[in-house]
Parts: sequence; C-alpha cells; structure tokens
Amino acid sequence: MGMRKVAVVGAGMTKFMRRAQETGKELSWQAARMALASCEMTLDDIQAVCLGTAPDAFDSIHLKGEYLSDGAGAWGKPYMRSYVGGGTGVFAPIQGWYHVASGLFDAVLVVCEEKMSSFYPHAQGAFLTIFDHTTERPLKPNLLWIFAMEMNRYMQTYGISKEDIAHVAVKNKRNAADHPCALLGNPDITVEDVLNSELLAWPVNRLDVSPVSDGAVALVMVAEHVAKRVTDKPVWIQGVGWSLDTAYWTNRDLAYPRYVEYAARMAYEMAGIKEPRKEINIVEPYDPFDYKECHHLEGLLLADRGQAPQLAIDGVSLRDGDMPVCPSGGLLGVGNPIAAAGLMKVAEIFWQLRGEAGARQVPGQPKRGLAQAWGDLMQVGTVVIMGTNP
Amino acid sequence: MTSKIKVFPGTPLREVDFKEGKILYRHDEMNGQYAWDTGIGIGSYLAALKEGVLLGSYCRSCRRTVVPPRTVCEWCFRPMNSYIPLKDTGTVNTFSLCYITWDLKRIKEPEISAVIEIDGASPLHGIMHKLGEVDPEDVHIGMRVQAVWKPADEREGAITDILYFKPIKEG
Repeated sequence: MGMRKVAVVGAGMTKFMRRAQETGKELSWQAARMALASCEMTLDDIQAVCLGTAPDAFDSIHLKGEYLSDGAGAWGKPYMRSYVGGGTGVFAPIQGWYHVASGLFDAVLVVCEEKMSSFYPHAQGAFLTIFDHTTERPLKPNLLWIFAMEMNRYMQTYGISKEDIAHVAVKNKRNAADHPCALLGNPDITVEDVLNSELLAWPVNRLDVSPVSDGAVALVMVAEHVAKRVTDKPVWIQGVGWSLDTAYWTNRDLAYPRYVEYAARMAYEMAGIKEPRKEINIVEPYDPFDYKECHHLEGLLLADRGQAPQLAIDGVSLRDGDMPVCPSGGLLGVGNPIAAAGLMKVAEIFWQLRGEAGARQVPGQPKRGLAQAWGDLMQVGTVVIMGTNP
Repeated sequence: MTSKIKVFPGTPLREVDFKEGKILYRHDEMNGQYAWDTGIGIGSYLAALKEGVLLGSYCRSCRRTVVPPRTVCEWCFRPMNSYIPLKDTGTVNTFSLCYITWDLKRIKEPEISAVIEIDGASPLHGIMHKLGEVDPEDVHIGMRVQAVWKPADEREGAITDILYFKPIKEG
C-alpha cells in the first residue's frame, strides 16, 4: 500500500492503582519517561506525540489532551488526542502507526493515561452520559445495565452458564499475580469465588468486572531506519483495523460483536493473515468484563460463536496453552484505567514478543500477537497485530 | 523490559491515608444544567408517546423499520421514507436484575432493565426500558410484554410516559 514499516521499540507503564497520589500529568510523564529510557531515546528524538485518554467527565477537565500535554512530552510538537471510548488504548497506537507509516514522522511517542478516581462517589457516574439524553437517561439507567443485558443475551443465545464464563475471570486474575503493576492479581482465586462474589446486576457479579483504576502506559513507535539504529529486537506493527457499529445499540445483535470482526478482518488483511487461529500466537482481547473476552475472541474469529468460554475451561487460553489469552492478566487482573488499559495490552504483546515478560512470559518464543480494545456505546472495535517480522 | 524493571512508578493511596488526614485534595461539585432539543425524529417520537403511540420509521430501500424513529437511514444514508406507528407490545430481547444504583448504593428489590423488541419493528430492533408487575424470578428472554402507560392527561411527551412493560398473560 506504499506505506512504511513501523516498529515499536520501547514501552513503559506505571502501576495500576485504585487511587494514585500522582496527577494524570505526573502518571503520563512516568510512563513516557520509562518508554523513552527503555530504548535509550530522549524527547529530542521524538517528532510527534499521540495521546489517548477517555472521557473528560472522569476528572472534569475540559480539553484533557491539552491539560496532559506537558506530562506527555508534547510541548512544541505536533500533538493530538484521539478518543474512541474504551477503544482508545488500542486506537492511539493506530494513530501513532499512521503518523509513521505515512512518512510524516520517523519517531512518535504514544501516551495513554486515565485517572478515574477523581469522580465522586464512583467513576460509574461519569458513564451515565453515554446513554441518550432524551430516550434513555430519563429511565435513570446505570452503566452496569448495558453490560449485564449484553452478557445475558450472549449467555442465552449460546446456552452458556455463568460458571463457564467465570473461568475467564479466574484465568486473568491468576495471570495478573505475575504482573508487577497489577491491582487485582490473585494466584489462588477459584470459580466459586467469582460465582459467590456480590451480585451487582444479574448476571454480573463483582468479580466478573474489572476495577476502576488510575494509571498510564507509553510506547515509542518508529520508522524502520530508526528501529535498526536503536534496537536489534524491534516489534513490528503488521496490521491495524478499526470499525464502528450503530449508536442505536438496542437495534442490533447483542450476542455478537460484528464491529470487532470488521476491525479484525481489516487488520488480518493488512498482515496477510489467512488463518488467524493458526497464525496468532498470543491474544490480548479487551476484558473489562469476563464475558467480553469471550465475545471479542469470537469477533476476532479466534473462537467459534458461543465456544470461547470453552477455551478457558479446557486450558487452551492459559499462559502455557495453545493460544494464550490475556497473559498479562488483562483488565480483570491488572486493572482498567480505560485508555491506559488498552495500551497496556499492546505493551504486553511488545514485551512478550521480545521475550521480556518475566514471570508472565509465554513459552515457545511467540512470533505474533494481537491486541484489541472496544468501547464507545459498546460499538467500536480497535485491533493491532504485531510480530517479530516486519 | 518489564522483567528488568523491579520498581514501577505510582503511589497507591489507601483508605486509611484519608481517614488519618495524610492526603490533601480539593473537592468540588459541578452543577451543569442542560436543555436538549429533541430534533425532528425524536421530536416525532415524543409527540407520539404523548398520544400513547410508539413510533418507528421506515426505510424503503433497506426495508427496515427502526425504533426510535430517525430522519436518516444509517445503512443507505438516504432520508427515511415514513413514520410508522408500532404496537405497544413486544418481546424481551435481554434483561438484567440490577441490585445497585449508579453510585453503588445497594437496593433490595432489583430494578429490571430490558431491551424490548417492539412488534412492528424489524427483527432485533427494540428500545431500552424497564419491566414491572412481574416477579424477578419469572423474567426470561423471549417473554411477551406490553407497555403500561401513564394516564393520558399526565403524559408529557417523554419516554417515561411508558411507566414500564409488563408481561402479557397468555391465553
């Protein structure tokens, strides 16, 4: 397509915390500094900055991109904040990719930040405005409704039980026990723990949900000639894709995320992937709820419809299984500072493909991984495929 | 890289830090007030609700009836051809029994939210509303329901002119 090759050469992240003392700016700087240091680059080497952060409503700061700009290293540089709700964390590196692939810049810094703890009494309130102001908000909905209803529809359509889905939460929270930044890692959690946790909105129990968090993640993305100078282990962006479904969410199939499929097909085509189940070694699908991991694996064409929970039950998606899913621990285990959580998944693929994931390392020298996020009004899918070959 | 780094940045705060007054912060309440114009499509929807009618709109080229009504078909990007009065009955597409409010207060009797596919609209086309006059244990996907309206003189042209949907007693 006449586009340049783009590599990820550095990554950094803060701890994911229920409430951080640092401001969003400070968290952004911590992650950005670590990403630059990891590839021995400085801000002088960076030509443009891409920022991802979710609703302004979380911290009631208007134009949050501009507010965070000093922490993100944007001073005096081309800079833009992208925002597609929960999909932002995987969209920001797509923006970074086309900045470099287009030939416009040779090196960009991608920073994703979220500080959800500022909203009182609970960040859920910041989400109320996603519902239509005239036709839905008068019913006084809360955010859990929409996910509980989607989960219920998914379960009913395919005859899946809550117990089946709980295996996903168990897998991810156990995986997170090996992540040094994780908020909810727990090596001993069981399916019974998930099923017996507090019922919030049937069929959603507390341990089916990821925690609200504060945190930041950053990546350095560069063109091929720069990558060769700074590292002998670049991780290449092989494909990207994104797609949006209707905002009339009650007018579509809630059991299957078609928009994720469209995004995945775009990315597979770019990466030259014909049989994703054989060609993708590691998957980091978006898992703010345990059923969402299943939903997304199906949309990504990595599981048959209604069959994704079986991957966790059979151990296929464990860290040492045939297709490890969320070896990081995912949002369920590491935490869910919205935009930062999505970029954490891209960073995890980066570390895994370089063999630097420490206790989380997937065996067998994985060659290719996929990260995906999802958001807006349950309607956007964003996909990045990365590999050890360009 | 992560395997080389032992200490990650970030200072987690604990509940006890706040209790002991160790943490400084500024608290404020925002009070934003808005009045949203209905637009053409939703304006027609609200006017019909006031008359006790659920309104959809129809696209002839896509042969699709959507609800709530809108002025443009997002599939073909042409204007919708007509408004269509739908029935006030439908089928539960999915539901939740919610034991919690948005600010995490617990409630004993669950609120029952549902997506209801409206009779007369295209398959899988529905609206979000609530269910009532039903035991939470009895709610199921596929359940037939009917709107319970406010009395005509109390309707104001709002989605809340329908109080909730209740099960249709079969037979």
